[in-house]
Amino acid sequence: MHPAFSVIFLTTLIGVGQGLFLALFTVESYAAFDLLPKQDSRFYAFGSALALGFLVAGLIASFFHLGHPERAWRSAAKWRTSWLSREVIVLPAFMGVVFLYGAAHYTGFNPLLATLPSGAPVNVTAILGVAGTVLAFALFVCTGMIYACLRFLQEWHTPLTVINYTLLGGASGFFLATALAALAAPELMRFYAGWTLILTLLALVGRAASLLRNARLKPKSTLRTAIGVKHPRIVQMAQGAMGGSFNTREFFHGKSAALLRQVKWVFLLLVFPLPLGLLAGGVASASSALLLAAFAVQYAGLLAERWFFFAQANHPQNLYYQAVS
Amino acid sequence: MTQLALVIDLNVCVGCHACVTSCKEWNTSGQAGPMSDFDPYGADPTGTFFNRVQTFEVGEFPTTETVHFPKSCLHCEEPPCVPVCPTGASYKRAEDGIVLVDYDKCIGCKYCSWACPYGAREIDEKQKVMKKCTLCVDRIYDTTLAERDRKPACVLACPTSARLFGDVHDPESEVSIAIRESGGYPLMPEWGTQPANHYLPRRKTKLRIHEDELVRADNPLKVDGKLPKPAKAEPSLDDVTSW
Repeated sequence: MHPAFSVIFLTTLIGVGQGLFLALFTVESYAAFDLLPKQDSRFYAFGSALALGFLVAGLIASFFHLGHPERAWRSAAKWRTSWLSREVIVLPAFMGVVFLYGAAHYTGFNPLLATLPSGAPVNVTAILGVAGTVLAFALFVCTGMIYACLRFLQEWHTPLTVINYTLLGGASGFFLATALAALAAPELMRFYAGWTLILTLLALVGRAASLLRNARLKPKSTLRTAIGVKHPRIVQMAQGAMGGSFNTREFFHGKSAALLRQVKWVFLLLVFPLPLGLLAGGVASASSALLLAAFAVQYAGLLAERWFFFAQANHPQNLYYQAVS
Repeated sequence: MTQLALVIDLNVCVGCHACVTSCKEWNTSGQAGPMSDFDPYGADPTGTFFNRVQTFEVGEFPTTETVHFPKSCLHCEEPPCVPVCPTGASYKRAEDGIVLVDYDKCIGCKYCSWACPYGAREIDEKQKVMKKCTLCVDRIYDTTLAERDRKPACVLACPTSARLFGDVHDPESEVSIAIRESGGYPLMPEWGTQPANHYLPRRKTKLRIHEDELVRADNPLKVDGKLPKPAKAEPSLDDVTSW
């Protein structure tokens, strides 16, 4: 497939936003059970604003993918059948909850609604946080399923697609949360760093599993089933157009196999070991600059990872577009 | 239930592209148009087509065979492109099974083209909406046309009658009989899309002659050879036995 930068930025940016929100609410729920020190509400408010910024940036990027962005509102219609439609509903809903969560913390409007038997308080922000967490995971599932549900794109048609979107988005959000903690709440830095390490290692396992799986894929469709002629040697002589078409532009990445291999190693380096090294250095020296660099390096790696994700998928329609003439 | 479809006979198609040009001509000025072209007379022309004729070579010289392969939307009975559409712009008509795009609802996200294993959908780079074969829906029901003209433009244009049009759910229709009796097959059956369009395979007409059929058991010459030789003066029975 041809990697579209609008979609690459959409999926990576909202992943950061979702991960950062999950990181914020993780700390709030730990604090509710007195497992972590209580945080100033400005920490949550600023964090939510940052998460919302990433989500808005992702949403803006997605509009560049559309031929008719002014009709985007229509895409909420077919949520019963289309994962894209579901994403279109869940993303604004999640953004709304993140906004309310941040606003509740910012304004201090956070009345106690109930108390759990253990004595833990249930505030408005706790309810919003749970709703946001559910929506964040729902959004990861929707985004991943957009690709995983296309059964003839065999590279994508696996639960690993959804798992990796979740783990990679979560890891990048926790990287940002670690840097944020180093700036605003140093006592949380090591807590976030621990979760960042766990998520990044899990993401490495998931992504490596999908790379191994895809390396062993055998295409189900061949030129024999594509045109229905039983012969081991079928060669295309003409594709019906000399100057290319939508089919040759949309479904081919147009880069060499060598470049694809290079991008794979670049993203494996940028997403996993390099940011983890910077994380270790940043935590050891309590340097927010190093931690921000770790986030930035991993985000750059995620752009490469997403580019590779699209480029690697081999669409069966390509069988019909092997030779110009 | 009606399911209109095309049946394309690869045994007869000569790859003349008449279906391509007539499709473009009819549809670019019709309800589904325009089918925008870019740089049409330049070095790198490109544009929107609903139908393309491709050519494949099967086998290795000298036993090669050229297969001309017209390719358009197959109007699948289980179209994977329809449920993924977020707006409902892509739909399959209940009354005749034609898969269509509502250009006023399409947001141009291209997701349906990703969901089509055949590459049958092409975005119109000018109008920014997804386009595809409509089976000439604006012509096959047009009662102002003569009855014989109420067929897709590609079917009418084909000089070798390689394209048949009809209801594949009606077992007695021309297309159903062709599929049944001439080995019609769907493309990429492995994805379960159940294409309504079918293709008829290349067919060789062969006459099988057995060894014993080369020598007639009742060969009159053989029998004649055993007869006593008539004298030259005697009248012959006919021209065969005279010398």
